Amino acid sequence: MDAKEFIARRVAREIRPGSLVNLGIGLPSMVANFVPADLGVFFQAENGVIGLGARPPEGMEDRHLTDAGGGFVTAVPGAASIDSAMSFGLIRGGHLDMTVLGGLQVDEAGHLANWKVPGKMVPGMGGAMDLVTGAARVIVAMQHSAKGQSKIVPRCTLPLTAQRRVDLVVTDLAVIEPTAAGLVLRERAPGVTVDDIRAATEAALVIPDDVPEVILA
Amino acid sequence: MKGALRPEAAAEMIPEGASLLIGGFMAVGSPERMIDALVARGVGGLTVIANDTAMPGKGVGKLISAGLVRHVIASHIGLNPETQAKMIAGEITCELVPQGTLVERIRAGGMGLGGVLTPTGLATEVETGKQIVTVEGNRYLVETPLKADFALIGAWQADYVGNLSYLLTAQNFNPVMALSGRTVIAEAESIVPVGVIPPDAVKTPGVLVDHLLIRAA
Repeated sequence: MDAKEFIARRVAREIRPGSLVNLGIGLPSMVANFVPADLGVFFQAENGVIGLGARPPEGMEDRHLTDAGGGFVTAVPGAASIDSAMSFGLIRGGHLDMTVLGGLQVDEAGHLANWKVPGKMVPGMGGAMDLVTGAARVIVAMQHSAKGQSKIVPRCTLPLTAQRRVDLVVTDLAVIEPTAAGLVLRERAPGVTVDDIRAATEAALVIPDDVPEVILA
Repeated sequence: MKGALRPEAAAEMIPEGASLLIGGFMAVGSPERMIDALVARGVGGLTVIANDTAMPGKGVGKLISAGLVRHVIASHIGLNPETQAKMIAGEITCELVPQGTLVERIRAGGMGLGGVLTPTGLATEVETGKQIVTVEGNRYLVETPLKADFALIGAWQADYVGNLSYLLTAQNFNPVMALSGRTVIAEAESIVPVGVIPPDAVKTPGVLVDHLLIRAA
């Protein structure tokens, strides 16, 4: 299993039955593959569908039914199509139970930066700022490090996505819960020690007495 | 509704330097024949307000590639490398707006509201230079309404009086933008007699639509 699948399978365990969930483009979108169909979860794609389904069979795509990345999708029974105002009303208005997003940095205050690298990459925030502001739970799914640099830092140096503290960070090494008291190390990946995680993390971590291994969906 | 126009005739109405609201999300639901006619006409200095700039060869991306766009107001430009390159080269200026804020600013423009109060963007770069107000103990950014000279709408069906319906994720920004263009030009995949679109299925009432493009060849 590669790191991305590991992260996606751990995030999948956070998803509650009957909830409305928005998955970001890339790694977060893999989470849907590990959520049982009988859980009654509706996935929202912010471009306008509640009840996003899997990819359609080849040759049976509908160009009017895509996800937020522009990829072809299907819709599940009970799906609804909505315009962008309704879509972001759901997000900002507190109707979305959970969002899973990628990240560039998360800091000790639980702030997320994930939309811009000044001077290098300015793709735009898309729906990320609304999602982090409005979703009931925000989970960041990302690699622990990039190019040898910890992505979990004392204070974000990249532009913030929102002022809100995210609820959980799931990486290939650890599960970390940002709290008012700092970043609490909740779980470690199989075969990874607390010291390994400390060494790979630039930010200070709060380490409870018991840090169990991750259990995957 | 003033009758059906050939795309070239519709493009003739749009002058140098006009501002355009263009429907679509990654070109899904964009009025492609209208955009092709604008590219053929070659009228430049345009301001484009759209969710994104799609990708080269699709939707708004065609206008970018043709060098006709001077200013972009969008939530995401990351999937069109030409937009980024032209921005870095100083050929295009770009205002990036959170997606939920963008759609509400357009809605405010068309609904006669003086602006939008939103928590999205607080404590981020987005709040720079903006007024912040406190209502019932909560802080909000004041975001201004957006209107444009023209709204270019992509629909599924239109009837003879300009009523429009949309399919699945191809509706996105279209119904909202149809309120906010001083002149509204709609392009539909098919044009049907009055009554074929049931009143409850009309998402854009024909009274908002000034011109309809003739059917596709």
